[in-house]
Amino acid sequence: MSDIPADLKYTESHEWVRDNGDGTVTVGITDHAQDALGDLVFVELPEVGKALAAEDACAVVESVKAASDIYAPLEGEVVSVNEALDGAPETINSDPYGEGWIFQLKLAGDDPAAGLLDADAYQQVVEEEA
Amino acid sequence: MGSRTPLFDAHVALGAKMVPFGGWDMPLHYGSQLDEHHAVRRNAGVFDVSHMQPVDVTGPAAKPYLQFLLANDVGKLAQTDAWTGRALYSCMLNERAGVVDDLICYHLGPQRYRPVVNAATADKDLAWMQERAAGFDATVTRRDDLAMLAVQGPSARSLAEPLLPASIRAAAMTLKPFHAAEGDGWLVGRTGYTGEDGFEIILPAEAVGALWQGLLDAGVAPCGLGARDTLRLEAGMSLYGQDMDEDTDPLSAGLGWTVAWQPPERHFMGRKALAARREAADLPRCVGLLLTGRGVLRAHQQVLLDGKHVGEITSGGFSPTLERSIALARIDAAAAAAGEVAVDIRGRAVPARIVKPPFVRNGQPKIDL
Repeated sequence: MSDIPADLKYTESHEWVRDNGDGTVTVGITDHAQDALGDLVFVELPEVGKALAAEDACAVVESVKAASDIYAPLEGEVVSVNEALDGAPETINSDPYGEGWIFQLKLAGDDPAAGLLDADAYQQVVEEEA
Repeated sequence: MGSRTPLFDAHVALGAKMVPFGGWDMPLHYGSQLDEHHAVRRNAGVFDVSHMQPVDVTGPAAKPYLQFLLANDVGKLAQTDAWTGRALYSCMLNERAGVVDDLICYHLGPQRYRPVVNAATADKDLAWMQERAAGFDATVTRRDDLAMLAVQGPSARSLAEPLLPASIRAAAMTLKPFHAAEGDGWLVGRTGYTGEDGFEIILPAEAVGALWQGLLDAGVAPCGLGARDTLRLEAGMSLYGQDMDEDTDPLSAGLGWTVAWQPPERHFMGRKALAARREAADLPRCVGLLLTGRGVLRAHQQVLLDGKHVGEITSGGFSPTLERSIALARIDAAAAAAGEVAVDIRGRAVPARIVKPPFVRNGQPKIDL
């Protein structure tokens, strides 16, 4: 059973989104996603300053098995990336919602939840995949 | 739903992630593929490889039949029909010298051999072998009554020893590499697909549950297909369907060492086409790659030299032992001498160094990082 915190928003492509309350959001991949990918061995982070449209492929996580794209959940500009993942991509496996965050976006719009799923709706997505 | 080995329920009970593979439902890993990989390099791991297909070849013409069927020469196993207990790795070729499958052939005794073929190709292989057997006084028998475990790692043989039938225990423990001992319906070969010491054990299906549990109780780690793939890649071993197939000849796949050209009068399937191929100016080379830039090498990525396409990765991934990305690649012979190449990873040319496989053997790196 994968962990789906109620205070986060989600995408159908298995990113989680935390509203930081200051016009920025933090983005990572869900517990379900890291479990499906298996042991992560490489993360290609986005460039700080890069402007992204919602659903743009902007980062890549690679496990022992395969490479997987990470998509921007919302429109915005990359304001910081988790450089600690460069040397320790496995942090995403061990702490996907905490130390395993991937990047932060400064939102172009006002709504940090626009078009995103809540925990219950994401739970449905996970169950339908199983 | 795929076929299930006798250990299917045991895998599920251990929490294995089961995946379809070659028509079978097999364990990919039991939690961490990396931990399983390291267990094999450092101590011991066990793989359920019961999806692989043992085939018995018996009869007065078993040897000449296999000498015709296989590109390597089972004549090396024994000069006479005396039993030596040796095993031989070989490709089985079609008329065009493409690889129908690769296999290990155990010599079980006078007029008795046991090739073990891949799961995904087993039906095709059996049909191929039956057709080629016409005109030989030899019988090809599919052995669906057997299961198979690979127990691999520096401690594998000593941990397996007490679980072997008493009748073959002593013989098994004194086996030299690529030799096998048989008794009580068990075949214990000092062979494997990991680059570590160990056994591959073919045994009656009804006995495999107890052996599996006994190995786990002895501290041997259960390991899935994921670790099997990273271990074999580090060991520089080919995977059928990925590094070679029916449209690839063994010379182009880095398997020239498995082709027995001597004696010249031995006629084997594909020999004529392969001999012509050997003279071809465009014969590519199989090389190892070590990624020196950032990323992970994967199958089908393009290899570049001075910006020009010179070949393709056939197997690639992350090496848990080296903590670097490695690959096997098929490239133009002229490029093989380059030393440094680049690999196209999502549109970026990432530098890589040409190295000679294996990357890792017996727990130790075999290339300079």
